[in-house]
Amino acid sequence: MSTTQTDQSETLQDTPLVIAKKSFTNRFLLGTGKFKNKIDLRDSILASQTQLVTVALRRIDLERHEENILEYIPENVTLMTNTSGARNAKEAIRIAHLARESGCGLWIKIEVINDSKYLLPDNEETVKATETLAKEGFIVLPYMYPDLYVARALVKAGAAAVMPLGSLIGSNQGLKAKEFIKILIQEIDEVPIIVDAGIGAPSQAAEAMEMGADAILANTAVAAAGHPAELAQAFHLAVQAGRLAYLSQMPLPQDIASASSPLTGFLYES
Amino acid sequence: MNAESEGNTMNILVNGHPKDFPEAHNLKNIIEQLCAQTSRVMAEVNGKIIRSPQWESTPLKDGDKIELVSFVGGG
Repeated sequence: MSTTQTDQSETLQDTPLVIAKKSFTNRFLLGTGKFKNKIDLRDSILASQTQLVTVALRRIDLERHEENILEYIPENVTLMTNTSGARNAKEAIRIAHLARESGCGLWIKIEVINDSKYLLPDNEETVKATETLAKEGFIVLPYMYPDLYVARALVKAGAAAVMPLGSLIGSNQGLKAKEFIKILIQEIDEVPIIVDAGIGAPSQAAEAMEMGADAILANTAVAAAGHPAELAQAFHLAVQAGRLAYLSQMPLPQDIASASSPLTGFLYES
Repeated sequence: MNAESEGNTMNILVNGHPKDFPEAHNLKNIIEQLCAQTSRVMAEVNGKIIRSPQWESTPLKDGDKIELVSFVGGG
């Protein structure tokens, strides 16, 4: 192997995704909601090779026995409780405090939503909740609308990562906010950028990774698929492919053609 | 789930539903009565989180509000 080749392979050596000093070799995060059954959930977690899943907290239904979802999540997978249902910072903080009592760790995905039609995150309340919980020692990953000023405020508030939405939650619309996420990727160096929400197809996940996102979080698409574990695996492969493409420094689109065959030495040249 | 003829009862609002329990019941008694598995149950009484080691020493009174939550799937 020539020196040049060795140098290239060293360049492409990926580093792990590091969130709050914890290393992850897999850059696909999976949500656990909406699965038709817990077996599908378990199989999807395994097929996706994810190392971090989100869960939610809800009132216990006293009228019927519900299965303990944690029994279907492998022990080596990091649990992150979301604050879904919170309409303001105060409610998100309350949910985080409850989650802490479970003994399942301090990883919290801040999700503050008070609009039921579009489920858009309330950035202002999200910053407030992030600041309080980070000070209390939680590892805080805020779900946010991709706004550079807010992303900077979240970093300053102690966020361990910033999670901009690709598009509306559960919409499968992909990277509608692409240009604004790109700005976050370019400008926020202190913490990972994890694209969350609206990622409905592996190609969309790959697209986000190609442009330099650090990781992807998906849920609805996998849970709603006819064969969830297969789609989970496809997402895993797409995230890997997108990451490798990003590391390869692939060329940018051009407005004019560029011949891929030599433009000299044609056979009919006289 | 009414307590019958065992002395005085207290009415407690559990997850928004009114329920009667014997007055002597503490938080642990109630959680064990209502939940099949208690290992991942988180509890609040009147808006204050009560850690599981304190459930047994948490007395309740008529009109108290209990919230019992647990993990579910979520994105």
